[in-house]
Amino acid sequence: MQAHYIEFITVGFGIVLLMLEAFTDGNKPRIGLIAAAGLAVILILELTTCRACVVPDWMEKFYVHDSAARYFKIIALVSTILVLLMAVDMKKVLSRYTSGDETGSALGEFFCLPVFACAGLMWMASARDLVSIFVALELVTISFYVMVAYMRRNVGSLEAGVKYLILGALSTGFLVYGIAWVYGATGTMELTAIDLSKPSLNQTTLLFGLALLLIAFGFKVGAAPMQLWIPDVYQGALTPITAYLSVASKSAGFIVMMMVFQPFLMDSSPVKPQLQTVLYIMAGATLLYGNLAAISQSNFKRLLAYSSIAHAGFLLMGIGSVDFISVSFYLGVYLLMTFAAFFILALVRNQENSDTIDAFDGLGARNPLLAACLTVAMAALAGVPLTAGFWGKFRIFESAIDSGASWWLISVAFVSVAAGFYYYLKVVKAMYWNAPRTEKPLEVPIITKCVLAVLTLGIFLFGVWPQPILDMLK
Amino acid sequence: MLFLLILAPLLAAVAIFFGAPARKTALGAALFNVVLAGYAASTWNCSCWNTGFQVLENPNIHLSLGLTGISTVMLILSVIVTLAAVYSGKCPDGREKLWFSSTLLIAAGAIGAFLSTDVFFFYAFHELALIPTFLMIGMLGRGNRKEAAWKITIYLALGSIVLLAGLILAMNQMEGWAFSDLKAAEKYQNEIALLLIIGFGTLVSLFPFHSWAAPAYASAPAPVAMLHAGVLKKFGLYGLLVVGMKVAPDGMAHWLPWICVLLLGNIIWVGLVTLNQKRLDLMLGNSSVMHMGYIFLAIAALAANVDNQIAEPAAVLLMFAHGISIALLFSLTSIVERKTGTLEIAQLGGLAKTAPALAFLFGLAGMASIGLPGLANFAGEVMVFFAGFYDWKDAQGQIALGWVQWTTIIALWGVVISAVYMLRAFRSSFQGPLVKSTENATDISICGKIPAYLLAATLLVVGIYPQIILQFLK
Repeated sequence: MQAHYIEFITVGFGIVLLMLEAFTDGNKPRIGLIAAAGLAVILILELTTCRACVVPDWMEKFYVHDSAARYFKIIALVSTILVLLMAVDMKKVLSRYTSGDETGSALGEFFCLPVFACAGLMWMASARDLVSIFVALELVTISFYVMVAYMRRNVGSLEAGVKYLILGALSTGFLVYGIAWVYGATGTMELTAIDLSKPSLNQTTLLFGLALLLIAFGFKVGAAPMQLWIPDVYQGALTPITAYLSVASKSAGFIVMMMVFQPFLMDSSPVKPQLQTVLYIMAGATLLYGNLAAISQSNFKRLLAYSSIAHAGFLLMGIGSVDFISVSFYLGVYLLMTFAAFFILALVRNQENSDTIDAFDGLGARNPLLAACLTVAMAALAGVPLTAGFWGKFRIFESAIDSGASWWLISVAFVSVAAGFYYYLKVVKAMYWNAPRTEKPLEVPIITKCVLAVLTLGIFLFGVWPQPILDMLK
Repeated sequence: MLFLLILAPLLAAVAIFFGAPARKTALGAALFNVVLAGYAASTWNCSCWNTGFQVLENPNIHLSLGLTGISTVMLILSVIVTLAAVYSGKCPDGREKLWFSSTLLIAAGAIGAFLSTDVFFFYAFHELALIPTFLMIGMLGRGNRKEAAWKITIYLALGSIVLLAGLILAMNQMEGWAFSDLKAAEKYQNEIALLLIIGFGTLVSLFPFHSWAAPAYASAPAPVAMLHAGVLKKFGLYGLLVVGMKVAPDGMAHWLPWICVLLLGNIIWVGLVTLNQKRLDLMLGNSSVMHMGYIFLAIAALAANVDNQIAEPAAVLLMFAHGISIALLFSLTSIVERKTGTLEIAQLGGLAKTAPALAFLFGLAGMASIGLPGLANFAGEVMVFFAGFYDWKDAQGQIALGWVQWTTIIALWGVVISAVYMLRAFRSSFQGPLVKSTENATDISICGKIPAYLLAATLLVVGIYPQIILQFLK
């Protein structure tokens, strides 16, 4: 089988789903389940048959299928499946804000869009050419514009949609312009063909192009000073979409960042010192902003938004230290713990109709198992050892110290981790210290139950034994 | 086999969480551990106990356990205190699950840290205790429990992060993270030693990073106070001995004057603070901080001269003795509170008349902790003072007092301070006329007696025959 068939199958599947949606009426959330099942089949294909997939000659210049690409395709597929499952469980809230009743008749497209976004994400993981990277990134971003603003009867969702659209379009502008400058400086769109040892290379031109790219990518991953949109958009979007933004869209930003910056961060690159300095400064600013702003949050979704900014800071530190394996590893474990947190948030949002931290008061008494899962997820996000989250931070710190990053940055990062303990434990505190507001037990739908069990076990398993994830990246 | 020592409390905690009878399961696991640890200690220097497997290739990290002389002593301490903690605590109704599973998780973390023969897991296991401690103090503590819970958590998190920085800086220069790979670092010894002293020091409540300890122990439920003050706090000292002295011997020697000043802060400053305490629990909390100074003195003696053969056994013996005596004192204090409803020393009096067994045990533990000959702490303290005077003559036989010798001379006054506060507290709580709170107090019940006598017997046996512990440390 040829490697790119996987993306073609995914796009085809999305089109079939749209047809199915148009020609069936009634139970729309079933489309979501079909979409999840279909993507699961594609995931199995990717995991089994496509181990030996080849890339045809004519694609070799702009498409690769190495272990890193496969790893990110798996992340894209898994997160899309989880988003679809979460969205099915949230169908009531969703239809209240779309069709205005609870029939769910206007939800069809909502379950098809993630499939297209997923195809874009997968293509991006393989793309090695500035143009195809741009096209793939736009496929993802445009799908996200619709998804963020999908709850048209909810003001918050519309506000989030507008903010995301305007700033997203702006960053796309930066991206295209940056690509043009980099092309002008290097004379090629192929990342593998970039030759920085040419005497004719104009460093100023190249640095200007890279700066523009950095702004565009900074927007995608939520790095300071391009992070301001994150809290509002995350809070306004439907919870599964927030999770999708937080995991898949962020991963996408980081994959592209790694691909594009790789040639410029090599030891032989003349612009490495400048690029590294800027990356470290951005990382420090992002860490400070995310962690300090998160401390005072009282809304859990917003807290997770700031936490995602904070994590972007750690990831940027990894990129600055040119340790792409650790960054990829971090994104993988970030998926596990973030989705665990969002699944529980979606559940509580559904039943309590609130996503403030108060809504979690007394969860330890109302549903001890669910509270234990959220405790594990929070501990992992905070980076408590023996959870997967710790290995991510550990490896990033290791390579930062190893590569001689500035002591200021490392100190900022360490203080950020300590601040993280405070705000993540605030949620744990609410669950256990505070008395429940109602005695009504929380019902956990079967899908959420299974997913949470898998994610929690994964957090522990990879917390003790991270090698399997790293083997995927070899 | 050694994995069983960690898995037994872990699995018991999980079983309790899922509804197994809490007290019985916890006791079963603790008893099992005592038996297994006893067996392991009897054959500790057999290489058959070493076990483990690789979890990460780069950096080379193993999940490996093994027994050395020091870790065997710490293991014995951990299992004895765990058994006593599980047995003696009186759990508030309806909270058995949290109470017993948290206690077991803290114990598992401590045992895992002491058994690990890999720096990574040595560090990681210690953090297992962080969240259970936070929950237990915050939910079931007394007094100003919420503030105390935040304080201990943030302090310990910050301390461990600083520690992690030091460890990474050191271990990046080694072949791998195993204890067998440890050697003196080639670069940055002073920086490493500083980070380790601050990191480990915070965990051990070294002056001036000690202010979390007394309020946390005073607020904590008895089992948490027993395990934390008795066992977990020894983690930092153990770490300085087995990691700090190995990777940065010169760095430790470089900071020797600072260590001496800080440990005098513990002994004299905190000693004077202890004199001024009006509550039994706060007095004990401060006294446990104060006594850490003596163990640091032994470490300082070792840092001053690595050939000092007596310093390491002295430190370990005192760690063991202090762990047992402080656990006994905290357990008895919680019984005093249950019987009389107060811990204000001024409101207690004459308790020996109504509760003679309680008074006897408290007296014994108190005497032990101030170093009465015949009890374990005496042997440890005497050895520490000998270690402090290890090389007080120069090569010509002239008296040449260095930093450590002067420190020892000043530290000796601490013995007087602790005698004053302990005897005064004993006199006003247990002797004199009966007062309102103690009139109707009943004596210690069988449930409290068994663990208390277990700990008291340990103190006596080790006090009369310290060789029983010292045999592990040749």
